[in-house]
Amino acid sequence: MTAGGRWVGAPVPRKEDEALVTGRARFIDDMEPVPGIRHAALLRSPHAHAEILSIDVSRAAAHPGVYGVLTGADIAAATRPIPSAVRVPIDYYPMAAGKVRYAGEPVALVAAEDRYVAEDALELIEVEYRPLPPVIDLKAAMNDASPLLHEAVGSNVAHHRTFRYGDPDKAFEEADRVVRLDWTFPRYSSTPVETYGAVAQFEPAPDRYTIWSNFQGPFILHALMCGALEVPGNRLRLITAPQSGGSFGIKQGIFPYLVLLAAASRLLGMPLKWIEDRLEHLVGSSSASNREDAVEAAFRDDGTLTGLRFFNTVDVGAYIRAPEPASVYRMHSASNGAYGVGNISVENRLVTTNRLPIGLNRGYGGPQFFFALERAMEAGARALGLDIAEIRRRNFIPKDAFPYRAPAGSLYDAGDYEAGLDKALDLADYASLRAERGRAREEGRLFGIGLATAVEPSGSNMAYVTLAQTPEERARAGGRSGGLGTCTISIDPSGSVTVKTVSTPAGQGHATVAAQIVADALGLTPDDIEVVTEVDTLTSAWSLASGNYANRFASVVIGAIGDAARRVADKVRAIAAEDLEVAMEDIELADGAARIVGVPEKSLPFRRVAAKTHWHPAGLPEGMAPGVFETAIVSPPELGPPDDRDRVASAVTFGFICDLAAVEIDPGTGKVDVRKYVSVHDVGNVLNPLIVEGQIVGGFAHGVGGALLEEMVYDADGNPLSGTLADYLCVTAPEMPRLIIGHVDTPSPHTALGSKGMGDGCSMLAPVAIANAVADALGREDIDPPLTLNKVWDLVADGGGAG
Amino acid sequence: MKPAPFEYCRADTLDEALDLMAEFGSDAAVLAGGMSLGPMLNMRLARPAAIVDVNPVDDLSGIRLVDDALETGALCRQADALDSALVRDEVPLLSQALPFVGHFQTRNRGTLGGSVCHADPSAEIPLALATLGGDVILRQRGRTRAVAANSFFGGIFTTVREPDELVTALRWPRSKPWTGYAFDEIAQRHGDFAIGAAAAVATVAPDGNLAALSLGLGGIEDRPVLAGLAGFVGVPATARTASEAAALAAERADPMEDPRASAAYRHQLVRVLGARVLERAFERAGARQC
Amino acid sequence: MLRIEPGARHRVAVTVNGRRYSGFAEARTLLSDFLRHELKLFGTHVGCEHGVCGACTVTIDGRAVRSCLHFAVQADGAEIGTVEGLARDGVLTPLQEAFRRRHALQCGFCTPGILVSATQFLETNPDPTEDEVREMLSGHICRCTGYEGIVRAILDVAGNAP
Repeated sequence: MTAGGRWVGAPVPRKEDEALVTGRARFIDDMEPVPGIRHAALLRSPHAHAEILSIDVSRAAAHPGVYGVLTGADIAAATRPIPSAVRVPIDYYPMAAGKVRYAGEPVALVAAEDRYVAEDALELIEVEYRPLPPVIDLKAAMNDASPLLHEAVGSNVAHHRTFRYGDPDKAFEEADRVVRLDWTFPRYSSTPVETYGAVAQFEPAPDRYTIWSNFQGPFILHALMCGALEVPGNRLRLITAPQSGGSFGIKQGIFPYLVLLAAASRLLGMPLKWIEDRLEHLVGSSSASNREDAVEAAFRDDGTLTGLRFFNTVDVGAYIRAPEPASVYRMHSASNGAYGVGNISVENRLVTTNRLPIGLNRGYGGPQFFFALERAMEAGARALGLDIAEIRRRNFIPKDAFPYRAPAGSLYDAGDYEAGLDKALDLADYASLRAERGRAREEGRLFGIGLATAVEPSGSNMAYVTLAQTPEERARAGGRSGGLGTCTISIDPSGSVTVKTVSTPAGQGHATVAAQIVADALGLTPDDIEVVTEVDTLTSAWSLASGNYANRFASVVIGAIGDAARRVADKVRAIAAEDLEVAMEDIELADGAARIVGVPEKSLPFRRVAAKTHWHPAGLPEGMAPGVFETAIVSPPELGPPDDRDRVASAVTFGFICDLAAVEIDPGTGKVDVRKYVSVHDVGNVLNPLIVEGQIVGGFAHGVGGALLEEMVYDADGNPLSGTLADYLCVTAPEMPRLIIGHVDTPSPHTALGSKGMGDGCSMLAPVAIANAVADALGREDIDPPLTLNKVWDLVADGGGAG
Repeated sequence: MKPAPFEYCRADTLDEALDLMAEFGSDAAVLAGGMSLGPMLNMRLARPAAIVDVNPVDDLSGIRLVDDALETGALCRQADALDSALVRDEVPLLSQALPFVGHFQTRNRGTLGGSVCHADPSAEIPLALATLGGDVILRQRGRTRAVAANSFFGGIFTTVREPDELVTALRWPRSKPWTGYAFDEIAQRHGDFAIGAAAAVATVAPDGNLAALSLGLGGIEDRPVLAGLAGFVGVPATARTASEAAALAAERADPMEDPRASAAYRHQLVRVLGARVLERAFERAGARQC
Repeated sequence: MLRIEPGARHRVAVTVNGRRYSGFAEARTLLSDFLRHELKLFGTHVGCEHGVCGACTVTIDGRAVRSCLHFAVQADGAEIGTVEGLARDGVLTPLQEAFRRRHALQCGFCTPGILVSATQFLETNPDPTEDEVREMLSGHICRCTGYEGIVRAILDVAGNAP
């Protein structure tokens, strides 16, 4: 279903594109916002775990073209540690001081006339390390005998909480059948093609910082940066670049580097630019978590899912970097997925290891969570002799149950999951696929079918991360709730319209969709409207939820755009009504004019009416304020605080996804050939079908990568083995299976236009859908992605075979 | 990620290039297409005192017939070889191997000679040359020599090239009658260096029996290797022979182990790819008799 | 013969998109850096600097190559083509138009390299199959689009769209 309106819902080509296809668009490395910039390069630890005995920077500092060298000790002396929601004594500084905890951790910074010289000087820094035993194996890290990353914590388990909803123990006691699965989920990253980049400038009297970067938010991290730099918020000005070259969550993880560069700019007395290179990115930016998870699912013989137990063991890497531990809590309050199960327990362990700290990555916690739930559903179907579609159908939340309060607190807004499943089966021609599987098996071929379903949370409640704290700790800390979206619409004296979305997109077409919404509200065309999407914390209307993550644009930001547009429209209509001597209700804005409904020849040009607010304040309706500069700030009312039983509405909208994968495995080489892949989405009302489809296919590519190719591998000593793009295997065009997309869209009652956020999409489901199909093909349940050639062949050679 | 400083030396003639090689010896790196040297310089894994850029040297390019061989200049771009009708007709194995080499954009610049000099054990061009029994032509001041490809490679990124020697050309035996050629590889993604690659040359007599066969393996050991399959001469060129020969090659192979693949998996690839390329070569040899 | 000592700055003159430019480069200066930071032609992007991602692709004497694996001093006298040279007089090329129509870009960071590659590819192979297009694209990494729109856009221009 498309949202109503002349522009909203239409496949409007993007406003952003012309600058991007002609090379005119500006990214952070194109910017020289202040004179006198020097270029920073970072020396990084070659060891996963080591004590820094000494650092001698004298030769580097004396190198021609070098303006200064700083070590971790210098930064630690000039900043405060960056906190997280987990209250443990982990001092996280952006540069190692005293001890390095992952290979790639920064240990020194050089500022030089250019990057070449800066890198020359890095080679002149002499660091003496005393290697310590690396902590790499996640299970061994939890052992009491394990070496510790953070001695003051007393354990590598930095966070441990257990949650219970309903009566899971009873459900398991009374179950006809219980399935349990254990697996390893790999660490991978969406590796945007543009790396991190920033320019930081310190100015004294009073001390203040300005940082230009491709940071994506969430701007709640601004507060943490202020804390680390010990300045009030109005003296840390963050400005985002006009364009960002992809993010997928990863560019959240730049924020410690912003602290580092800000502090270095102050200590060295010069503006600094740092552009992360690809090698740095692959060892030192951010990634999703690798996990050692298990799930138990209780079923009745008829396939009814009666209980779930999740055992999540998350490798957070060397530090708990905010907003972690959010990755394990984002899906928490939707732990029932698309199903009506009421008895759920969740045990979360976050473990520090000598790997890169984790952070946001597309699907944030979703790929890991749905791997558990949807592998369990499929294993349950096989154990019970039920069809994989039928077992889901029997457990779906029925369409008349919405809005639906999930056991852990999420409020699902709208859905028709059974229709979504049926659509997927229809698009896949499920009956034929099953027949094909039957024939293939008779011929001894390895053919399998897998399904997966998901709810897609969008527009995060900033309070969900406080589930990491006990209700008592939360009470002591004071209340938290909400997730603000903001938008400013202004009209200049010429009568033209500018929209500021403060949404830091990285390719999601926010400018286009905002222009569509405002064009409809004001009777203009998208081409008439200029949209500014970047953030400037000194001049934008922003809040701590600002940024581009958790699918928040179509679930939250559009609410603010709509509100602001409505206010502007009302003002213009009120002026026109008085000038045309009718009631405001009789004025419509259309075709660039304010006109009387039903009498289109009685009209005034929009520009002229709007400009009047500047040119002729005395001629405005009585009591009306001059000018047009409308800022709307919204926080969806559904997003309340967590209650004392750890229930919270974690997101505004919950889309639905149903994926079906059919694979054939070459027993000779272990190659998994995705023969068919169908994905059906409920994104609510579609705002722009071009962009929706682009997001779905893009998410699919990340999911396929996670399923088949991508992994950040570390050896037993903690050396990263995926340090180049020849070793970290991003999906390329020949590897992409064809994707068949379908829609069963139910409008959301929680959003202004009935839309739901939808950017995670198949990134959450392709890993499990493909794993389910491989499990079906091989007739075994021990499936750990990524399903690379050698790994799958090992499973085949180990006797796997449908039987 | 920027190269360390070096002296840039541009040779405009072959003599200039040889003079520079004599001057710098092992302190110089020869810059041809730069597809392998470039990344190593940028990552500072290679730190030559001097770069000898031989790209302007006309004598190093071209594709020509010389006696019973096709000679490709060391600077012959992979894209040009791929487009060449002469290569297609005279060295079909190379034509079949080239689409697996890197990508459109890297083949535009990457050279045949550069790939051979770089000696990555899983590279396709060295494998094709070794399987065909071709030669590498090397020049230094006052001396030219031809080294059989099978003795040219000394291990991973290692060859018998002397520090002051320049690879000037590759000599590819021309295709023979009654002979079929086939190349295939397995990589995790298209264009990646192969986990395993196989190249086959088979000559089938009119009676349908094998008159000669050669199976080359890439990515399996530390250099391209030829499986010893002389025992199959005189045997019927059938699918069964192909898989038996591949099984024997696998048995004799001593594969590497690395994070991408175990030795057992590489053994398997020899069986699968070996049988596949031998069978195709048999078929093509048969087709060339008609 | 030309020899440039380490650290010496050498004048490099090139033609970019039909216009003559000159600037200074060290022996080790990458062509990608020279174009961006010396000539201030920021349309060419840098994504990996080891020849994998393809974002920095430009044409040198008519062929699409990685500018991060090329030294600026090697390009002295060369004809270079970058994304800025595709549209003429503000008119997008059919391929650029097709990219827009097919939503073949999202963040657009990889797009300049892909456009340059695809433009030269279509000159050499005006009527490619989808497999050939995908093979050509394997020399580029795009993390946003899943490549689908890009393949469609190129096939549109080749007149082969389904």
